[in-house]
Parts: sequence; structure tokens; C-alpha cells
Amino acid sequence: MIWVAAFFTLGVMIWIMAQVLREGLPLLTVDFLSDSPRQMGRSGGIFSTIVGTLLITAVAITIATPLGVGTAVYLREYTREGRISRLIRFGTDCLAGVPSIIFGLFGFVFFVIFLGMGWSILSGGLTLATMILPTIISTAEEAIKTIPKSYREVSYALGGTRWQTVAKVILPNALPGILTGVLLGVGRSVGETAAIILTAGSSFLMPTSLFSPIRTMAIHFYILAREGISMEMAYATGAALILLILAINTAANWLLHRYIRRLEG
Amino acid sequence: MPEGDKLLFQRFTFFYGAAIALKDINLGIKKKQIFTVLGPARSGKTTLLKSMNRLTDLIDGASHSGFVFLDGQDIYDPQILLPELRRRVGMVFDLPTPLPLSIFENVVYGPRLSGINNKNRLTEIVEKALKAAVLWKEVKDRLSSSALRLSGGQQQRLCIARVLALEPEVILLDEPCSGLDPISTRAIEESLIELKKNYTIVLVPHNIQQASRVADRVGFFLGGELIEEGTAQEIFTRPRNKKTEDYISGKFG
Repeated sequence: MIWVAAFFTLGVMIWIMAQVLREGLPLLTVDFLSDSPRQMGRSGGIFSTIVGTLLITAVAITIATPLGVGTAVYLREYTREGRISRLIRFGTDCLAGVPSIIFGLFGFVFFVIFLGMGWSILSGGLTLATMILPTIISTAEEAIKTIPKSYREVSYALGGTRWQTVAKVILPNALPGILTGVLLGVGRSVGETAAIILTAGSSFLMPTSLFSPIRTMAIHFYILAREGISMEMAYATGAALILLILAINTAANWLLHRYIRRLEG
Repeated sequence: MPEGDKLLFQRFTFFYGAAIALKDINLGIKKKQIFTVLGPARSGKTTLLKSMNRLTDLIDGASHSGFVFLDGQDIYDPQILLPELRRRVGMVFDLPTPLPLSIFENVVYGPRLSGINNKNRLTEIVEKALKAAVLWKEVKDRLSSSALRLSGGQQQRLCIARVLALEPEVILLDEPCSGLDPISTRAIEESLIELKKNYTIVLVPHNIQQASRVADRVGFFLGGELIEEGTAQEIFTRPRNKKTEDYISGKFG
């Protein structure tokens, strides 16, 4: 029974990926990847959407990682379990359950309108950052929790201050776990549509600054398919998106293993 | 305060929440001697050690009354700088606790935190500390390999070297040989006897035999109380208290 469930899960995943790749791969050429969309995406390529996806994800990760890791370190190392830490944890748990369209609405009202950033990479990236923050906090907290108590004790016993202990013992040893959270954040950012369409727009022009509006690959896919512009192009975009996520995950995994091997000597 | 006391406990009582761990301790620990702390499990030995460099601060709900003086200075004074106190009073734990770093980086962990960054100076410190902990010959050719690859006995001597690298005044050792074979135990005991020329040592031995081999003075603890304190000879040959005698002769433990 259990293995049926496991194989069913695996089967569904393979089926979805195979379907997208089978339809999309034949169209996935160097020209397609390096050319910008033309005729609303009916022809041309997807280069500007790749750039948009990478930029908006980079903004989200750059903002959310230090904030999230900082929060986790604060919760684990700087406070004892109490009302404040429970409140923060309750807040992040609630945030984790909010649908992304709500984040989109918040981002639209706050970043786009109130702060006057307009539909832009910055607005979208900041919105994504608030969205992936809970994931990064909770995975970083878990990673910090698994560090043996003796490491801390040794560091303090050798005259370490709290900050030295965090910088030299806690963070290096929690890094693999922290990276897992960041990767989950990358995955959500790359695949997100609802929150971005409200905050970064859907322009497929090449961005010129962080204040330019953009269209991400996921949104490009959504618009091509939804508005019946070109199913072939949609599949090709989907295939590129899947390959991008695979590439990011593989690279991160490789880095992680190298780091762990160095840590263990 | 009496001449020659490095550490002095006065009416020191320690609580974990509502549970009492040390009860009204009055005790002087003399300079450049090995003071051993005897007693069955849960008699307050580890708490006594950790209260001397305030590692007890890391425990939730801990509180105390009374005083502990280091060279006449109250170490629970709010003015005291904890990193400095812990550099002066180093501690080796019951299980080897190398950090996941190289042998070299483990030894210089403390000195680096105290601000020493000069490569030559650090190299000197490593050689001196590893020699003092009788580990140098075994590891001198692989200082950059991971400390986690050493054997248990080597790891524990590395932990001693790590404390020595800070040139502390007092070294606390909490059953440092509990996980080790007789040969490693012998090596550590020999280095302790060598070390007491320059350092004040407080040792929780892992059995009475070890205490009798290395101790200058002995304190016997039971249920958080100091039952009896005296020279090793007094305690082992003619204890004044019946409970001490029962414990030494192995009637309980």
C-alpha cells in the first residue's frame, strides 16, 4: 500500500515533467533562449523573461536571507523561550499559511502604490521576500536547533562572546540547513505568478534598472497558455523553467556537498 | 582571605529552579595544587565546577546566593567580564568535544577570539599547548586535518590543549577520562601532574583510584553538601566523617 503511494507520487511527477519536456524541448533552441519575445510571445524567444526571473529572485533572496537568518538566530540564541519569541513564531506560522495572492495584494498596496515603487523588479522582489521569509526563518531555526549544545558550551567556555559564538560556531554549522531554506525560497520565487503579476507587472521588455517592470518565465507561461497565444511557446517556456529549477538545485546541492565534506574534513 | 587560596566559596548555594544543587558551600582551593571533587552522581560536582567560570549562566532558571572569589575578586559581580573570566578559568568537559574544525583551528579557537591573529604567534601557541597536553608527537604532521578524525583519547587531550592555549590560571576538568582507555587515562594523569606546576587544577575524577593517584586535596560532596575536605592523605587514610569513609571504602557510590 505504502509503495503504491510512493510510486504514484513519483509517477505523477515524472508524467508532468515528461509531458512538458516532450512538448517543449524540441522548441528549446539557443535562439529561443537568447531572443526576446515578439508578437506578444507568438514568436521570438524568452530572454527578457529569464533575466526578469533571475533578477526578481535575486532581490527576494538578498532581502529575505539576512532577515530570516537574523530572526532565527535571535529566536534561538538571544532570547529565552518567552512571550516575545512565541509571538514572533506565531506570526511567521500565520504568514506561512497566507495565500500568495494576498501577498500580491499587500505588495501592490504597500510597495507599488504607497512607497511609489510602481510595477517593478524591486516591488516584486520585496513582495516575494515577505512571502518566503517564514520558510527561511523556520528552516534556519531547525538547522540551528540541531547544533549540539556542547559546541556552544565549548565556545563560551573558551571565552567566546555571544556574537563570536554565533559567527564562528552556529552559522557555519547551520549553513547547510539554512541553504535548504533559501533553495525552497528560490523555488517558490521562480514559480510564483499571482504575487508577481500584481507587483512587477507583465511587461516583456528588457529591464533597464531595478525600477523596471518585468515579466517572469512563470507569468509568460501563464499568459501564453491562458490567453491562447501559443501553446507551443508556452510548453517551451515551461521546459526552460523546469530546466532552470533543476540547474539551480543541482548547483546548490553540489556546493552543499563540497561544503559539508570540508566541514567534516 | 587565607593566603594561597586561588578560589574561595563563601556560603555559596545554587538552585536549578526550585531544586537545590549546592548547599551552603564554604571552600578554599589552593594555588598550584590538584583539588579533586569526590561524590556519587547528582551530588553537585559538575555544578560546582561550572559555577567557577559561570558556565551555569547558560542554564535556564539557575540562581544562587553567597560568593565565589577568584584571587579575592567576586566573580558574580555584575562588573565582571565573562569572556575574560572564562579565559582565566578554563574547562574540559566529560566527553571530548572537538569543534568540527582542523586540529590547528581547534587549539587556536580561544586565542583567536581574544584577538590574536598573528600567524607565527598562533603557530607557537599550538605547538606549546599540544606539547603540554602530550599530543604534539602524534599530530604534528597533520595539524590541518579534521579534529573529528582523532581517537577519543587524542580528542580529549586536544580539548586540554585548547584550554591550555589560553594560558588560564585555573583548569576545571569534569571526569575528563570517563570515555577513555587506561593508556589514554595514564597520559592525561601524567600531564595533569606536570601542569599543576603552573596551574591550579580542579578535577572531578572518574573513580576513587584516579583521585588517589593525582590529588593533593580532596573534597567529598553528597547531595549538594560539602561533607568533608582535607589533604588526600587525610581523606583516604583517616576520614573524619562516617559518610566519607563509607564512600571511600566503596559501601555506596
